[in-house]
Amino acid sequence: MKKKAIIGGVIAALLVGAAGVYAVAWRPAIAAIDPSKPQSFDAALIKRGRELAAIGNCSTCHTLRDGKDFAGGLPVPTPFGTIYSSNITPDAKTGIGRWSEAAFQRAMRFGVDREGRHLYPTFPYDHFTNVSDDDNRALYAYLMTREPVDAIARENELSFPLDQRMVVAGWKLLFLRRATYEPDPGKSAEWNRGAYLVEGLAHCGACHTPRNALGAERTTATFAGGDVDNWKAFAINAQSPSPVPWDAEALYAYLRDGFHPDHGTARGPMAEVVSNLSVVPASDVHAIATYMADVFGTPSPDRKRQGEAALAEAKKVPAPAPANGPGAAIYAAACAGCHESGRALPYGGVSLALSTTVSSPDPRNLANIVLAGVRPVEGERSPIMPGFAASMSDAQIAALLTYLRSRFSSQPAWTDIEKIVAEARRTQTAYLETSAGARNAPADPAQRDKP
Amino acid sequence: MMTLKVNGHDHQIDAEPDTPLLYVLRDDLKLNAAKFGCGLGQCGSCTVIVDGKAVLSCVTPLVLLEGKQVTTLEGLGTVAQPAPIQRAFMEEQAAQCGYCIAGMMMRAQALLQRIPKPTDEQIRAELAPHLCRCGTHMRILRAVHRAARLMDTAELAPADQRSAQ
Repeated sequence: MKKKAIIGGVIAALLVGAAGVYAVAWRPAIAAIDPSKPQSFDAALIKRGRELAAIGNCSTCHTLRDGKDFAGGLPVPTPFGTIYSSNITPDAKTGIGRWSEAAFQRAMRFGVDREGRHLYPTFPYDHFTNVSDDDNRALYAYLMTREPVDAIARENELSFPLDQRMVVAGWKLLFLRRATYEPDPGKSAEWNRGAYLVEGLAHCGACHTPRNALGAERTTATFAGGDVDNWKAFAINAQSPSPVPWDAEALYAYLRDGFHPDHGTARGPMAEVVSNLSVVPASDVHAIATYMADVFGTPSPDRKRQGEAALAEAKKVPAPAPANGPGAAIYAAACAGCHESGRALPYGGVSLALSTTVSSPDPRNLANIVLAGVRPVEGERSPIMPGFAASMSDAQIAALLTYLRSRFSSQPAWTDIEKIVAEARRTQTAYLETSAGARNAPADPAQRDKP
Repeated sequence: MMTLKVNGHDHQIDAEPDTPLLYVLRDDLKLNAAKFGCGLGQCGSCTVIVDGKAVLSCVTPLVLLEGKQVTTLEGLGTVAQPAPIQRAFMEEQAAQCGYCIAGMMMRAQALLQRIPKPTDEQIRAELAPHLCRCGTHMRILRAVHRAARLMDTAELAPADQRSAQ
């Protein structure tokens, strides 16, 4: 009798549990539509969508190098396995051609696809939940008028239980804050516009905020610096490693042009971001800069002094580098020609005393850049630097990095550099093979007014 | 004093470790195929092959070359016996002023050693860091394809090529 009651209780508990999981995890499919005719969308709305897609940096993940625009397939390595980006062209079979606008809005806000399956949070809906219905409508119009591409998404490489999309429902319970952006009445309209973009569509925190063990952004460390594709996304708050403190003006120039003489050049995944930001309305980039300058905060008097000292150091006529050790000799022949030329960016190199990369606690970005160089963007006034992967061994690059750190930064020496260089050599090759790279050059202003 | 291996020969070089390889090749060894273009590693005209890889000699200090094999265009072939890459460039008339061509040939040679039958895209991507202001790009493209074919035929697998391996 008692035994039966226990068994019954267990069964009841399991049923309730299953029903609970089902209620939390189950999402209905939204009816498929016949693919919309491109002509059915308003041209102004499409143009707005194009700018928003650039702010959202959609192409970085959804376009492969040498691949068709938005056809997906980019492998995104995560600590949990590899996730492949999806095809967001309006192809009826393999893209989102049969998604209604309601289905698109739901995907952006709740991370659920048209069929009702949970999407992995590599798609940053934890930010996109802040995007307004109007902006989603414009994005939908833009994507639905792109060239449809027949490209089947690759299967994710995840192990059980993470390959079960139900698990994502639990993740959402824990980490998805389903709030739309609420303007702060105490701040200016520009600040609020910037906050709306940064926290929402631009999803800056997705790279610049460190993540917890379950892959969610740590809310206690917002903008404290994160990792992406073996690059360090620098801290963009008060902990910024930049020798010279950032202000709104410098941020605007950097985000718009891709470089700033007091800070250096946007590289790695950030190169694609600034490339995209070069084609959006200047007012939106100003807004982002205004908000981010506030996030960086007003520098302390001490921090200001350090910045001024770094600027003074950079302006000095360089003394001939004493040739002690291989690092110094490599620097003199391979680097100084540009980095001590006094020529303005982007063709001259940034003074390394001002470089965030050299002063960062993390040497990976410097290793990546020395190995791969900086490829100029076609038709654009953009920085250029040869890569040294073919001429320098890991040990030689390590010697160079050690020298640069001691000569151009007041920060403590890096450790384990040779291993980091070897790892950078391995991953950098993979990254260069798959990433679309910086493009969409601002030198193509003729495109700006086109839908 | 350091020993520099160029085109299969050892040379004793008396120069500072930060001296760019290009200066030693041109000034000390009188090997003038590699050209000084920009001196900043941005134009490609100084390209030579080091241990099988194309390297910009103007930004490569001697200190990096300890124990490595340097190959210049002179090491590939001679006027009497041009290497396949040189023959192909001549047959396609790929040079106009010619200043960039030695560098182009060296990087193309390194490419063909790695990928014997490259596609158009592979050649374009590989030679992208090289500037040519005369505009013979299409001929250069054809020349690299021709060199690939020449290297594939038995009659032209000459000893000249060996030094570049």
